[in-house]
Amino acid sequence: MAAICSVETQLAVERFLYRQAEIVDDREWDAWLALFAEDGKYWMPATADQEVADGQPNIFYEDLFLMEMRIKRVCHPYAHSQAPTQRLSRVVSNVIIESEDGATGDIVVRSKFHLVEYRLDDQRYFGGKYRHHLKQTDDGYRIQLQRVDIANVEGPFGYVLQTWL
Amino acid sequence: MPDGQEVHYGDYVQDDRVHKAVYADQAVYESELDNIFHKKWIYIGHESQVPNPGDYWTTWVGKERMIMSRGSDGAVHVLYNRCPHRGSLICNNEHGNAGKAFRCPYHAWQFYMDGSVRQVPMKQGYDGVIDYKDPQFSMVRAERQGNYRGFIFASLSTEGEDLETYLGQGARAAFDDICNRSPQGEAEIVANCFRIIQHSNWKIFLENQLDAVHPSITHHSTGDAAAAMQKKYKDKTGDDAPMGYQFLADFTLPFEKWDSLQTVGFPNGHTQLTGYMGLRPRDPVTLAHEAALTDAYGAERMDEILSTNVHHVIVYPCLSVQPPLQQLRAVRPLGPNKTLTEIWHFRLKGAPDGIYERALAYYYHVNSPSTMVNADDLNNFRAIQEGLAMVGGGDWVSLHRNAGQDTVDNGVTHSVTGMSEMPMRNMFAAWKQFMTEGN
Repeated sequence: MAAICSVETQLAVERFLYRQAEIVDDREWDAWLALFAEDGKYWMPATADQEVADGQPNIFYEDLFLMEMRIKRVCHPYAHSQAPTQRLSRVVSNVIIESEDGATGDIVVRSKFHLVEYRLDDQRYFGGKYRHHLKQTDDGYRIQLQRVDIANVEGPFGYVLQTWL
Repeated sequence: MPDGQEVHYGDYVQDDRVHKAVYADQAVYESELDNIFHKKWIYIGHESQVPNPGDYWTTWVGKERMIMSRGSDGAVHVLYNRCPHRGSLICNNEHGNAGKAFRCPYHAWQFYMDGSVRQVPMKQGYDGVIDYKDPQFSMVRAERQGNYRGFIFASLSTEGEDLETYLGQGARAAFDDICNRSPQGEAEIVANCFRIIQHSNWKIFLENQLDAVHPSITHHSTGDAAAAMQKKYKDKTGDDAPMGYQFLADFTLPFEKWDSLQTVGFPNGHTQLTGYMGLRPRDPVTLAHEAALTDAYGAERMDEILSTNVHHVIVYPCLSVQPPLQQLRAVRPLGPNKTLTEIWHFRLKGAPDGIYERALAYYYHVNSPSTMVNADDLNNFRAIQEGLAMVGGGDWVSLHRNAGQDTVDNGVTHSVTGMSEMPMRNMFAAWKQFMTEGN
C-alpha cells in the first residue's frame, strides 16, 4: 500500500526519519524524547505477525516514562555495561508513505533500516523495517507509534539490546 | 592442575573454592556433558507447548538435538531430531505442526509423532533387504522421559533415579508452587521463547541466580533509574507506577534485606532462595486471586499456597525457576564459554488476568531481549569467563562467604544469611558427585 502525496510531504517525512536515526545513533536523549507524542510508544514485537502489543510478550514496548528510565540507566555512572558503550550507525531508506490524513496531516509511513552496532571489539548487524504513525503538530511531526520489526526477531540474541534500534 | 598428569575432577571442587578449569576447560566441559547433561534429568518443555496432534518444539540436551511432539493419541514424546536413514535433522524449524507425520527433507521418510516409521518412498528398494518397520529404522526416543505436573523432562541414560526422586522436595517445589497458585492446579505456557546467548559457562548463570550479594551492585543503575521514575510517574499522573517499576527498583534493596533472606540447599544440587518481593499486597488483583483459590481449595489451603515463600529455585543442572512470577529459564550449554538460555513464562489456569499481567511485566523487564537487568548480568558473565580463561593470575575461585557456617539437617542445608555462598557450594557438591560417581 502506498499513498499519493506531495513531494513536500515525502521530503518532510524523510527528513524526520533521517533526523530520528541520527538522534538515536548519536545518543541525543532529550531530542529523542521530544520526537514522541505525549502518549507515544516505541514498539518492537516479539513475532513478525504480531498485531497488538498490549497483554503480549514484546521485545520493546515503551512509553515516555519507560524510555526516560532507560536513558537514566544508560547515563548512570554505575552502568558498567555501558563502559564501553555501544556505538550505532544506521541507514534508513525505502521510505513509503502509506497514508496521509487530508484533515489532520497525520502520516503512516514504512521504511527499511540497516544498522551496525559496535561494542567491545564486536560488531552486530540488524536489519528490519520501521512503521511510523506520525502526528502532525504546529511544531512538526511527533511519533504516535513506532513499530520496529527486526529480521532476526526470534533470535537468538548474542547480547541484549540496551537502547532502541 | 591440582593432580599432575592425571586429572580427578573431584579435586577441582573443595569445600570453599573451585578450580577455574571447571568453567573454562574444554575437557572438563565434555566430561560434564557425558556425566551430567547426558545422564541426569534435563528439562525439555511444558506439555502445553504442544497442545495439538502434530505439534512439536525442538531443543537441546547437551550436544543432542531433541524434539518434543504430540501424537494423535494425545501422548507427548521426546525424540532425537535425527532421521534413521541417513542421519539428517528432521525438524529444521524451532517449532511447528508436522501434520500426521514428520517428513525428512532429504528422501521423504515419514515418521509418526512417536518416532515410528509411517512410510518410506519407493520401498521396493528395500524388499528382501530390510524390514523398514524394524525399530532401528524409527526415530530414536529419549532413553527415559518423565512428566512432573506438565513439565516434561528427559534423561539420555537408561539408568539412575526416576524423575520425581531426582527432583526431590527441593526441585519439585518449583513446579508445585507454580501449579498450586492456579485454581485449577495447572500452568499453561505462553508460546513465546526468548533466546539469549551467554558468552560464559552454564554454571555462572545458575550461580548468579541465587547470588543475593550482586543485585544491589550489578544492577545499581537500573534500580536507581526505576526508583526515580516510579516517583516521577506518581508525581505526574497521581497514580502508582505499574508493578514493573517496583520489580526493577527491588534490585537495589538494602543489604539488610538480602541478609535476612534464606537459601536452602537440597540433594542433587537443587537450591532455593526464599522470597523477598512483596507479592501479596492488598491490591484488587491479589484479592481476586485469593478469592479464586479460596473457592477452589478453601481459605486455609489458599493461605498456605500464597504464603509459600520460594522466590527462586535452581533445578540442577538445567533450570532457573521463579514460581511466584511464573518465570522459567532453561540452560543449554553450547560450549565451555557459550550457553543458550531459553526463557519462558506461564499463565495460571483460572487465575485473574492481573496475575498474568504481573508475570508478563517481569518477563518484559527482566527477561526480554531489551532487559535492563540482564544487560548487566551478561556483561559480568562475559567478563568472568574471560578472566577465568587466563592461564595466569590465579587458579581458584572463592566461595568462602559464610563457609563452614551452614547447618545441615537430613541432607538439607540452610545458610545463615541470604548472602551466603552456600548455593554455589551446594551446586558444586552435586557437580563433584555427578562427575566422579561413575569412576
